[in-house]
Amino acid sequence: MNHAWLEKNSAFLLIGIILVIAVGGLVEIAPLFWVGGTVEKVSGMRPYTPLELEGRNIYVREGCYLCHSQMIRPLRDEVERYGHYSLAAESVYDHPFQWGSKRTGPDLARIGGKYSDNWHREHLNDPRSVVPGSVMPSYSWLAQTDLDYRHIAEDLKVQALLGVPYSADMIARAVDDVVTQATTDSPDAADLAKRYPKAQARDFDGNPGRITEADALIAYLQMLGTEVDFKLYDDKANIR
Amino acid sequence: MQAETAQTPVQTPWRFDHYFVPLVIFFGLVVSLIEAARSPDPRMVAQGWIFGVCMAITGAWYLWMYASRTPPDEKQRYAEAVIKAGVGASMFWGIAGMLVGVIIALQLSFPHLFYFADEPWTNFGRLRPLHTSAVIFAFGGNVLIATSFYVVQRTCRARLFGGSLSWLVFWGYNIFIVLAGTGYLLGITESREYAEPEWYADLWLTLVWVCYLVVFLGTLIKRKEPHIYVANWFYLAFIITIAVLHVVNNLSMPVSLLESKSYSLFSGVQDALTQWWYGHNAVGFFLTAGFLGIMYYFIPKRAERPVYSYRLSIIHFWSLIFIYIWAGPHHLLYTALPEWAQTLGMTFSIILWMPSWGGMINGMMTLSGAWDKLRTDPVLRMMVVSVAFYGMATFEGPAMSVKAVNALSHYTNWTIGHVHSGALGWVGYVSFGALYCLVPWLWKKKLYSNALVEWHFWISTLGIVLYITSMWVAGIMQGLMWRAYNEFGFLEYAFSETVLAMHPYYIIRALGGILYLAGTLIMAFNLWKTVRSGVPVPAAVPAGLVAEAAE
Repeated sequence: MNHAWLEKNSAFLLIGIILVIAVGGLVEIAPLFWVGGTVEKVSGMRPYTPLELEGRNIYVREGCYLCHSQMIRPLRDEVERYGHYSLAAESVYDHPFQWGSKRTGPDLARIGGKYSDNWHREHLNDPRSVVPGSVMPSYSWLAQTDLDYRHIAEDLKVQALLGVPYSADMIARAVDDVVTQATTDSPDAADLAKRYPKAQARDFDGNPGRITEADALIAYLQMLGTEVDFKLYDDKANIR
Repeated sequence: MQAETAQTPVQTPWRFDHYFVPLVIFFGLVVSLIEAARSPDPRMVAQGWIFGVCMAITGAWYLWMYASRTPPDEKQRYAEAVIKAGVGASMFWGIAGMLVGVIIALQLSFPHLFYFADEPWTNFGRLRPLHTSAVIFAFGGNVLIATSFYVVQRTCRARLFGGSLSWLVFWGYNIFIVLAGTGYLLGITESREYAEPEWYADLWLTLVWVCYLVVFLGTLIKRKEPHIYVANWFYLAFIITIAVLHVVNNLSMPVSLLESKSYSLFSGVQDALTQWWYGHNAVGFFLTAGFLGIMYYFIPKRAERPVYSYRLSIIHFWSLIFIYIWAGPHHLLYTALPEWAQTLGMTFSIILWMPSWGGMINGMMTLSGAWDKLRTDPVLRMMVVSVAFYGMATFEGPAMSVKAVNALSHYTNWTIGHVHSGALGWVGYVSFGALYCLVPWLWKKKLYSNALVEWHFWISTLGIVLYITSMWVAGIMQGLMWRAYNEFGFLEYAFSETVLAMHPYYIIRALGGILYLAGTLIMAFNLWKTVRSGVPVPAAVPAGLVAEAAE
């Protein structure tokens, strides 16, 4: 074949490049949107509560994903160390995904419920006080910074547009739901759990007087990986 | 249009760039002031002010350059001032980015000394994207833009297309860097590795990148050489593919036009593969194809030898760009990505070894008949060593893409070591080589000191060796400790023990980084002295075998 017609004509070269680079991406990525079984069928997945979403945004903002993965691989040691391997279904509401690529610190996909709120408070405040030898920075200011949740309904609206099943009711109550979830023994907690099953409502940061960024972040960490009940999950049904 | 712009250096009465560039600056200024004045999001207000100041500076510069005169550079045969600016920006960002790298390496080595709890912006999580963006996009990007502008003009025997549009590319790109970098420090991020800037910075980069494509392609179209030189194929593939990757991977919905936060269009598994399709091809097209363009021009030029094999260049080019794009899923082996996609990614990653080494051989063998120059010319040696590192990293990469190997290496420091053998060895050295060539050529001065280039070479090589060996040992150790079982069948080590085990290697790594940075500082000094007090050379560019205009 004569290559000259490509290297003598910049338009041909341009089109040639576009065609050649298009193939791989189209073949690999596009089918993920329609091939059945890409995302497993599970029960228990729900959208993040407004407080958890705020916490997740702090997690993203501080770059936690740079040192902590949220993706347990189906390898014996990982399953024993962290819990059931992660399913695609478990990050279906994650805009953006937080699987990570590096474990300078441990995986957090199933950190929810493993430690007390108090442990998380201490750990965020001074990581080396609870884990000697840790190389994590201190996030002490989170517990001193009031959470700005006035506009959280806007975030829910945008996520609803992107396909996360937030109902009009959830959006309308978003700001109240933040307060409910960050309060111990709130009378509205049962109502919150109706909208967001298994949502844990309490004062997470140990400071009932304020709703801080630490409340949001700990609320997020404490629900990570807890939605799917693996006692009921049938992995045989999802062999891909 | 071809005939109109191509032929003559005489000013045409109407030039689109004299309207387009000021218009872009004006709109940039208006938008930045609206954001600064109206945004309820304090971080967006800060970004608005930063963008506004950058736009004002660019506008003032434009008026000074073009309001009442034709800049002297525009009377020259080739546009060189914008390339000189790019060389300066490369040096600046290179030092800044490597310095941030040293700081975060020290943070992991001595967390009690280098973290400041009262200053959230100094934390690892915010500085790490600053480091990666500064070295990849700010340093690497400026090197690519500067060298591509140089190469495309010389090999096409045509002045850059679009007049001051190339300046918009230079300023616009660096303003994007400033927006992105200050954004990270403020906590603005999309959390997509190597694509962290938020939606507004992404939009701005898209505009700048289209201008870059127009300048580059326009120059190709008006060339006076019948053939498009091989380096330009690689530059063109780099520019186009990065445009495609950037737009698709950054599809997201801002919470409002006045806020910095956006949510990605895709979620979960689709989002993950889109990101790593981007992430791997940022390596493939930004850090590989673009810098191969440098290799294909500067090595033959410096060695005064033709490219080893024309046929191999063709095979190298088309197979590399076709195969690279498939390799993304190797970042997601054993994850919740469907098995078939993982297998495809792994397979193509292994196949990718062949075109990569084809390119390495083509670059290396270009020295046939000129190997003796490695003894006398440290700049050429630097570039040849970079090609050797390219060969090493592109062998290691496919090996790490094998699932069995990846099960051990993924999530560990081995990946960091791998990345840096490519980044410090290949990208860094080929860039340094190009800059050592470009400064004497552009300023028409003799390089201030070859001895200092020797120092740079050996100090930074020692740095690279310390860096990658420490990270290999650390990574493999980490992987083995995570999966170690004791005689009772329990996991042998707590995670925290594996963190403690990293401590000495983190220190060695930081030392390696410091040495590499020291080499770069020596280089900056050498180039600065060359520009300021180097001996003028009337015809500095040696007559090479690459198509070149007779001066």
